[in-house]
Amino acid sequence: METGNKNEVNTTVSSEGKQYIVVKLGNEQYGIDIQYVDNIVRMQNITRVPKAQHYFKGVINLRGEIIPVMSLRLKFGLDSDEFTSATRIIIIKLEAQATIGIIVDEVKEVITLNEDEVEKPSYNENDEKSAFLYGVGKHGESLISLLNIAGVIIEKEKDKANA
Amino acid sequence: MDVSQYLEIFIDETKEHLQNLSDQLMILEREPDNTDTINEIFRAAHSLKGMAGTMGYKKMQRLTHDMENVFSEIRNGTIKVQPEMVDVLFRGLDALENYLDVIINSGDEGDEDNDDIIRDLNSFLKGEDGDTSVSAPKKQDVKEEKKKTTEESDETSVFKNMQVADFEQHAIQKAKDEGQNIFGIRVIVDENCILKAARAFLVFKALEEIGDVIKSIPDVQDIEDEKFDQEFTVLIITKEGEEAVKDTIMNISEIAKVIVEAFDLELTVEQNIEKSDTTSNTQTATAKQSTATATATDKKTKKKANDKKTGGKPVVNRSVRVDIEKLDVLMNLVSELIIAKNGLVSLNAGGGRGESKNNSSFNEQIEYLERVTTNLHESVMKVRMMPIESVVNKFPRMIRDLSKKLDKKMELYMTGEETELDRTVIDEIGDPLMHLLRNSADHGLESNEERVKAGKPEVGSIYLDAYQDGNNVVIEVRDDGAGIDLDKVRRKAIEKGTITEEQAETMTDNDLIALLFKPSFSTADKVTDVSGRGVGLDVVKSKIEGLGGDIECKTVRGEGSTFTIRLPLTLAIITALMVELGDEKYAIPLGSIQTIEDIPCSDIKYVQSSEVINLRGAVIPLIRLDSILDVEPRAEQPESLTVVIVAKGEKLAGLVVDNLIGQQEIVIKSIGKYINNNKIISGATILGDGEVALIIDANTLV
Repeated sequence: METGNKNEVNTTVSSEGKQYIVVKLGNEQYGIDIQYVDNIVRMQNITRVPKAQHYFKGVINLRGEIIPVMSLRLKFGLDSDEFTSATRIIIIKLEAQATIGIIVDEVKEVITLNEDEVEKPSYNENDEKSAFLYGVGKHGESLISLLNIAGVIIEKEKDKANA
Repeated sequence: MDVSQYLEIFIDETKEHLQNLSDQLMILEREPDNTDTINEIFRAAHSLKGMAGTMGYKKMQRLTHDMENVFSEIRNGTIKVQPEMVDVLFRGLDALENYLDVIINSGDEGDEDNDDIIRDLNSFLKGEDGDTSVSAPKKQDVKEEKKKTTEESDETSVFKNMQVADFEQHAIQKAKDEGQNIFGIRVIVDENCILKAARAFLVFKALEEIGDVIKSIPDVQDIEDEKFDQEFTVLIITKEGEEAVKDTIMNISEIAKVIVEAFDLELTVEQNIEKSDTTSNTQTATAKQSTATATATDKKTKKKANDKKTGGKPVVNRSVRVDIEKLDVLMNLVSELIIAKNGLVSLNAGGGRGESKNNSSFNEQIEYLERVTTNLHESVMKVRMMPIESVVNKFPRMIRDLSKKLDKKMELYMTGEETELDRTVIDEIGDPLMHLLRNSADHGLESNEERVKAGKPEVGSIYLDAYQDGNNVVIEVRDDGAGIDLDKVRRKAIEKGTITEEQAETMTDNDLIALLFKPSFSTADKVTDVSGRGVGLDVVKSKIEGLGGDIECKTVRGEGSTFTIRLPLTLAIITALMVELGDEKYAIPLGSIQTIEDIPCSDIKYVQSSEVINLRGAVIPLIRLDSILDVEPRAEQPESLTVVIVAKGEKLAGLVVDNLIGQQEIVIKSIGKYINNNKIISGATILGDGEVALIIDANTLV
């Protein structure tokens, strides 16, 4: 994409575009719609919850509130997390009373994408991961998979049965 | 007038009045000649009508009005209480409750006219006495006239009632000599005014700005406590003129009327003598009134009724349902907490000199702080507590209706209505209890003929007992009916495929009873609209477990069944035993713990290849928490195990833990709905060091 185009994007930020937080997970970049993000906190001690789904690392204490924390890596079937100084927990508030934290390798930046920069993927019934994605955003040279947060967080019945 | 701000108060008070009406009607049905009850009913109905009218709920007002007419005729002895009449009146109450529900949901009373009820009500009036309808308005007229006259005389004698003490006379005399004006002021507060005391306060404040208030009737304390009708009278010394005084008061909102009159000391003294005459007159007038009143549209009567009520038990059960005393205690504790904190702060600031001295006073402050927080906790808990009465008081009515519907004679006996429970529990417990009572009434009790045949009293009894038991509240629903036919349960279960025949053979009575709590299981042969759809007990059970409690059932064939509900006193804060499993910390609610035992490994026996211990004659299964919770087991096998014995009802189990940490008060927090935990974990809590510990729900393990 040309620089001119990019500038144009930046000027129309507030009216048209949506803001995303770009996070890294392995080699891939994911975008999370900023309106769901409540907070970003550093890695902290996680209390394991027995018998929970395998991708739930446990719960943390966030200023007196107990918040379940899920590993995005495990949810996506990647290798388990290696916690580094860059690891962050993104606190997502989908609705009141339902806060959840997701672990990511690194938080990179906040970007704004216009509707026309987002490509909707074709929906594939069998591909479980396609439910997690809302689209692919083109930002400069890089491609960013935009997460469908509700799809990631809310369990499908099948998942529950497996867990 | 915008009434929306009063909606909540209206709803609360209407609920109260409806409950009161329902209770009293029940009494009336049994004792048709109880005049106290009739009067009470009449008062409640009247207040209800007034309130509905004020809020602009015309249909509600109309229905109450017609009910009130019936009550009034009963009160006058013109018509007698009959069973059909009580039925219609109860229907009226139900309709009023419906109005209220609609109002709660939409703020509007809806458009149900309930004409049939009104027609039935009126037919009682007409049927019994042809000219009641004619005579009623007449009486009203007479009364209104009377009211007018009393009011007039009242007005002219604003200050006749005023007794002026000597020192006040001196003050008045002195003021007069100084050329100040002395006014008697009668202030009438708007009848819709909610905070009369506050209005009165504003009046006093305004008056004090322009002069000196030397006397008020009733006295200031009573006015502050809202112990007055719509009006009060004050005596003021001021330099301002009559009009100015009047304007000052009229500027305050919700003041309906102000009468200002120059006060003449001598006149008053004279009139004081006359006064006794007038009062006796008014008294006889009111006496006449109360005997002759048919339909009391008269505001005065209403006010009096209101006054009697509020005067009897002030401020309880208003929209803020917290005892002021409890709040005071809380406030005190909070101030103490602040003091304790300040103590710590100052210790910190003065640090450095005298290490040892600092340490001991530091500990002192910590202990102090601890004491305060414990008390604070208790008080907050108390504020959250409500007597169970508010839930159970609608049951007598329900049983009465069921009795008619099912055509069985039965009686409900309740005890322990004053038992207190956490507000959250109170809100939820109503439906399960109702279910159980309906079950008892429908399935539990036999028909009257069967009872007589079985040699039991004809009238069936249902008991609802509530009491506190340690950290739990127990509610028992008991009936003296036929008990549960366990063979029938067995057959039904096999029929439905819930269990196989072989299983059925080996099942104990308790196992069979447990089947009753399974979804879609009903032993009633026919489905009535009372119960029998099989959506009952499982819902009850899940609801009660959702509240952190459990339910048990005992039944004796031919003698009846008992359902015992056990609920935690409070949901928010509990005392728990902190234990260690591997590196992890868990909390076990103290309420479910019986004892803690040290068991040598050699004492472990095996029954059907599961571990049990024999503790003082009881065989208790051992549960290895570490394997259930997938905790890394410890490397070395210890010689003895620390076993926490937990109980669920009468069943016991021993939880094996690695280490005991100690007892602690913990605040229960939810771990959210997304994380799946097989119900073993009922929540989490935050420890002093910020770590999270999970709370084990022992009930699911036993």
